[in-house]
Amino acid sequence: MAGNVSTLVYVAKHRQRRSLKDPLWVRVLLIGAALLFVGLFLLVPMASVFAEGLKKGWGAYFAAFRDPDALAAIRLTLLTAGIAVPLNLVFGLAASWAIAKFEFRGKALLISLIELPFAVSPVVSGLVYVLLFGAQGWWGPYLPSGEHPWLGSWLNGQDIQVIFAVPGIVLATIFVTFPFVARELIPIMQVRGNDEEYAALTLGANGWQTFFRVTLPNVKWGLFYGVILCNARAMGEFGAVSVVSGHIRGLTNTMPLHVEILYNEYNIQAAFAVASLLTLLALVTLVLKNLVEWRHRRVLEAATASTTRQFIS
Amino acid sequence: MSLLRPQRSALPGFGLSLGITVAYLSLIVLLPLSAVFVKAAGFSPVEFWQAVTSPRVLASYRLTFGASFLAALANVPAGVILAWVLIRYDFPGRRIVDALVDLPFALPTAVAGIALTAIYAKNGWLGQWLEPAGFKVAYTWIGVWVALTFVGLPFVVRTVQPVLEELEPELEEAAATLGATRGQTFWRVMFPALRPAIITGFALAFARAVGEYGSVVFISGNMPLKTEITPLLIITKLEQYDYRGATALAVVLLVGSFTLLLLIQLFQRRTRGARA
Repeated sequence: MAGNVSTLVYVAKHRQRRSLKDPLWVRVLLIGAALLFVGLFLLVPMASVFAEGLKKGWGAYFAAFRDPDALAAIRLTLLTAGIAVPLNLVFGLAASWAIAKFEFRGKALLISLIELPFAVSPVVSGLVYVLLFGAQGWWGPYLPSGEHPWLGSWLNGQDIQVIFAVPGIVLATIFVTFPFVARELIPIMQVRGNDEEYAALTLGANGWQTFFRVTLPNVKWGLFYGVILCNARAMGEFGAVSVVSGHIRGLTNTMPLHVEILYNEYNIQAAFAVASLLTLLALVTLVLKNLVEWRHRRVLEAATASTTRQFIS
Repeated sequence: MSLLRPQRSALPGFGLSLGITVAYLSLIVLLPLSAVFVKAAGFSPVEFWQAVTSPRVLASYRLTFGASFLAALANVPAGVILAWVLIRYDFPGRRIVDALVDLPFALPTAVAGIALTAIYAKNGWLGQWLEPAGFKVAYTWIGVWVALTFVGLPFVVRTVQPVLEELEPELEEAAATLGATRGQTFWRVMFPALRPAIITGFALAFARAVGEYGSVVFISGNMPLKTEITPLLIITKLEQYDYRGATALAVVLLVGSFTLLLLIQLFQRRTRGARA
């Protein structure tokens, strides 16, 4: 009890000290300005998605999801994220193990290179794959023979299409979501140090046992955090995927691309209905993200420096 | 190989994990990115110069960099006020507002784009009041600015928040004891401490805005010379099979954002050094 009372007194004092600092009118003004800004720039757009989606009632709303093209788009989005996220997860674990557990030259450069995709415009992220695998291939037009058998041409010869097909969409998605998991894991692993791993090795565990039984449980929340963010971006990516997709309905349309097509065809209500599903995904992502932050604040504090940069693209 | 040999670590798996990292990084990021530069290296200087300085392209730079700058600038006061309110005051819904700040990170850009367009269009929730007042937002550069302000909103908030949280209350008390007014305390004591975080947040928001595509294309109207952003021009050129033009513009965007990123890193290293 005594502890509780002293905490209360401390909180009260603290509150008082704080509230003494800014006069009421300043507080009201600033809170008002902040709420107005958040309302105008965040809440109103979000509310409008649902309002426009439900404009013609629930029947029309659900009809938008019964369209075979919409279902195909949802399937492709799930498939893309289902490939991109696990691959970046494995990469994130490997990169953070190498970077956090060992000292080597060029580490700072390696970290910068891992973050590179965040600095690239989504459109350019798609373009690079068109240049590599597109019909013209890499360097193709500049070689004397015209269509020289470089990467793209070779793949076309094998009847494997990358651009305007699913592999290109998956590649572009992997590119834009590349740093998410690694960015979260590296600082967390660095803070934890190597002592527990040494202890496990001394007690006779082998490398994999140490990794799966000691390292992985220690970073699981940071890993989950990185995966949530990676998944949200993978499912929502628009610019990069738009460049490589070719917009073939029912075949190479992801959900965001399907929204664009519906919108451009003036099928506004259906566009917003599908968009509302993506908005729900964003809200679930925010809730999960905050739950992890709230429950594991200390673990993630090491990574606060990184969280501001994680979405640059 | 001695360059890569780890020092002071008896843990296994260095070769494997670094091998996976470097191989995957090279295949997914470095090789594709280098394709842009290799391709651009095949252009003659004159050809490259013409591709990146045609009137339509120059107009797109003005819009992209201008609107991005103004959007990042608007994010500074908004971000500082939001960070201040979230750290210093307690009010109902504070946690929800704090969580919502990340919405532009989590919401797919295309969704943000059509939502903002719907709001600011002639018959939209806000457009129906703004347009009769002579304030046209959708399909003008102001619409581009609105979308980029939305996209950049979280950066200043999230860079300033931790710094503000760690600021010693004793500093403010000392200033007050010495006779400073609240305003003087903020501008002379707190603002200088927040300045590096504000500059970093501004630069991150600016860098993000320059490359932004999805949230802008719907609201901008995409009129050549007027409301056409550079990333869109890249797509337009690709659709016309003008791979050279698209590549040249991509080089400009890449060099621009890499320079910004480098400046941010140098700036952060300098301020960290100054603090230590």
